[in-house]
Amino acid sequence: MSTQKGATVIVVGGGVSGLSAAWWLARSGVDVLVLDKGIVGWEASGRNGGGASHFQSPLFAEEQRLWPMMDEMLGYSTEYQRGKLVLATTEGQLKHYRYMAETFSENGSPAHEIDLQEIRERVPMSGDNILGGVHLTIAGQANPQRTVQAYAWALQDLGGRIQQHTPVLRLVHEGGKVIGVETKDGILGCDSVVVAAGPQSAILLAGVGIDLPIASARAEMIVTEPAPMMAIGAVDGNGLYGRQTKRGNLAYGGGPHEWLDVGPMGPSVRPGSPLVRNLTKRLLGLFSKAGNLRVIRSWAGVIENTPDGRPVIDRIDNVTLITMSSVGFGLSPASGHAVRDLVMDGKCSFADLELLKLNRFDGLSPNWRAEKGWLSHAEPV
Amino acid sequence: MTDAKLVDRYSITNRFPSASQKADVVVIGAGPSGVAAAIAAAKGGASVLLVDENPVSASLMGLDTPLYFGGRMTRAVDNKARMIERVFASDPQLEAAFEAGVEVALGVYAWGAFQNGPGIAAMPEAAVGLADEERSWMVAYKQLILATGSRDLSLSFQGWDQPGVMGANGLHALIKRYDAFAGTQVLILGSGDLALNTALMVVEAGLKVVALVEVRDQVQGDAALAAKVRDHGIEILTGHVIVSASGGADGVERATVVPVAGGDSRTFPCDTICQAIGLVPAIELFNVLGGKLSVRTDLGGHVPQRTGLVSTGLANVLVTGDCAGLSNVDAAAHGEAAAALALAALAGQPLADEAPAAATSLDAHAYHADWMTALMKVGDDSIVVCQCEEVTRGDLTAVRQPRYLGPPSEVAAKRDIKTLAADGPLNQDQFKRLTRACMGQCQARRCREQVALILAQSSNVPVAKVPLAGYRAPVRPLPMSVLAAHDEPYDMTSNWDVWFGIASQWVPYNDIGTEREAMHLEMLTDSQHI
Repeated sequence: MSTQKGATVIVVGGGVSGLSAAWWLARSGVDVLVLDKGIVGWEASGRNGGGASHFQSPLFAEEQRLWPMMDEMLGYSTEYQRGKLVLATTEGQLKHYRYMAETFSENGSPAHEIDLQEIRERVPMSGDNILGGVHLTIAGQANPQRTVQAYAWALQDLGGRIQQHTPVLRLVHEGGKVIGVETKDGILGCDSVVVAAGPQSAILLAGVGIDLPIASARAEMIVTEPAPMMAIGAVDGNGLYGRQTKRGNLAYGGGPHEWLDVGPMGPSVRPGSPLVRNLTKRLLGLFSKAGNLRVIRSWAGVIENTPDGRPVIDRIDNVTLITMSSVGFGLSPASGHAVRDLVMDGKCSFADLELLKLNRFDGLSPNWRAEKGWLSHAEPV
Repeated sequence: MTDAKLVDRYSITNRFPSASQKADVVVIGAGPSGVAAAIAAAKGGASVLLVDENPVSASLMGLDTPLYFGGRMTRAVDNKARMIERVFASDPQLEAAFEAGVEVALGVYAWGAFQNGPGIAAMPEAAVGLADEERSWMVAYKQLILATGSRDLSLSFQGWDQPGVMGANGLHALIKRYDAFAGTQVLILGSGDLALNTALMVVEAGLKVVALVEVRDQVQGDAALAAKVRDHGIEILTGHVIVSASGGADGVERATVVPVAGGDSRTFPCDTICQAIGLVPAIELFNVLGGKLSVRTDLGGHVPQRTGLVSTGLANVLVTGDCAGLSNVDAAAHGEAAAALALAALAGQPLADEAPAAATSLDAHAYHADWMTALMKVGDDSIVVCQCEEVTRGDLTAVRQPRYLGPPSEVAAKRDIKTLAADGPLNQDQFKRLTRACMGQCQARRCREQVALILAQSSNVPVAKVPLAGYRAPVRPLPMSVLAAHDEPYDMTSNWDVWFGIASQWVPYNDIGTEREAMHLEMLTDSQHI
């Protein structure tokens, strides 16, 4: 098979992590090509809650620094909005949300408890069942579907290329490094590769001897018709994550996931379940005065997790790999920056990523999925 | 058998309770095919639940759900008791179903259907999700017969977004089933059997048909039917297309049509414009179940891929009547065939299904496309396509961001349907995401097909190549207070986590490996569940 010129850097996977990485590389003038099995942002990157508030991450400061600038930097709207309220309907939830606010504050993001009167004013749809809540002032939300397209278009505007409907069949390894990727059209050569292929990353990396332990699962969300606009749209809690969109719809998820086995071409189907009723129950608990609001849609996305639920952002020779372990959308402005740094400089310039290296899983039991109860009971997708 | 020790307590495995109601056979849809299936299955000894959403609540009718009612209902639709009486009176077979021992549930919406298969093993048994005006619940089935019929194809023209513009199925329901039609003078679009029969129905109801408008040069339907229509002095304007509807606070008052080839327009006084151009098989539940679809222009478009007359690739799911594909097969016989297969499967002696019936010779997509082409020729880019989200034809082809985001940036303004098509075959879901067309509360009933037609024409591909914008539960827009699982078992409640329940995922990075880590893990373990 002949090797054609691909690009200096090939990014495998046009999800939000791969697109952001490619965009950051293109901003630095790197010749970059993104390959996607289908359409950009078609999987979990375009099917998530849109939250952009991740205190636990070493990328948190960069996430919060970048989001308010993203529309301008990309040239396209992401629908980013700042601020988030988390409301409790039980004492257990309230205790947890107070802890969350404290942890946000300790990590550089001011947060405080709000009283019931403020909640009533800010969230007119909430009812007497709300026991309290917290206000995370530096936190936010964006529209995942608009954001992935914004990355893709901004990348193209900088001269970067995207080839959709082009699954990568394998990484081509020669002389201890990856020299290209194989597609249905042949081998595309590259100096280095970024693997950001979500659930399929493990399959691709296994081909070059890199063992990335991830397990995939399906999670579900619901959407209502537009509701009266709230001043801060990112109101969640009561066991849910989610937001009011700029159009007014309420989009929320949470609750049990279903572990799956995903094939090399990615999920073939993303079934829903009666969980829409349980999600609706909790959304009604959060906005108990909005009982007449209609649920008009639901969706499911397939995401991968590592054994400890933390990302892997690492470079091994000329392979840079990134999985955000089911929390990738909001952190994407920062994670792309980090991947750009790893590809170009071998090291992240703005955050310590030592604990996100792959070698923390050395010695992991080969049966780790079974030992955690993370095996799929369903037919593969 | 799953080892209980090895199941993630935050996963969905074993979380759903058994359904609160069960039946051997659940039939969705009490049209001629569904009723016949239900009666035959009950006579064969099965326990049968026949579900039909009629009478539909007045508020759903206002959303053009499930049919395109176009706001032309009388106030009579607000009276539920009267409406139930009307539904019974309009179909004597319902009485026969009761007598055969069928449990008939009227005014009940089927908003979802779920069974285990690729990507899902969470269902304790196959079940449909039902709801009335008060609550939702699940019903387990052994065999599911989908007889969900068809819905109206709707196309846009200037002024179509006002009361009085409606569909043929919607008009049929208002006149025949509900006796609650508020119009008196009807202009009909189309000249196929659907349009011709609609005209005769309107006349029979003592109302006036103003004219039929046909985009093609010949009448499309049966010649004898057309002759009957003409016998009533009704004009069939071939080679014509509607340009606009105009009116006042109560909606349509007149319609203007022109020859497709150009020429003088004619204006007709009318209070109703009935789109009888085509019907769309109601495949929502089949799609939600994960059933394989195929595009069959001879059967109306996207239809269940069948392995016989009524069987599908989905185990225990049969399709009958118009939802299986629009054809001339005898609806009752089709339903009975489904019942026979269901009964045989229940007895553990599966029957071989007959071969599918021969389809009609009609190319539905070509006909719809002819209409859309003509409508686009005589109407401009400002015409709204998606009424819920106020997306115009021009917004679609420009892939313009919604108005609530303000004007697009300079670079965004350079993007359009052609730049998007240059990156790969168009997918209707991309347009949903970027323009919001099909994202509204009518669940895209009014715009799904025409958005696909516009995408196809604007990018020069056959409409069959535009992937279906899929359906998801709930396939009826249900109030939160109705859909909510008020009956959620403790097991679901006590193991609910906002995300995966992986405590280590949320330990602040700087505290990993420090003495503070244990404190976080304690707070994060079991404390996110509600």
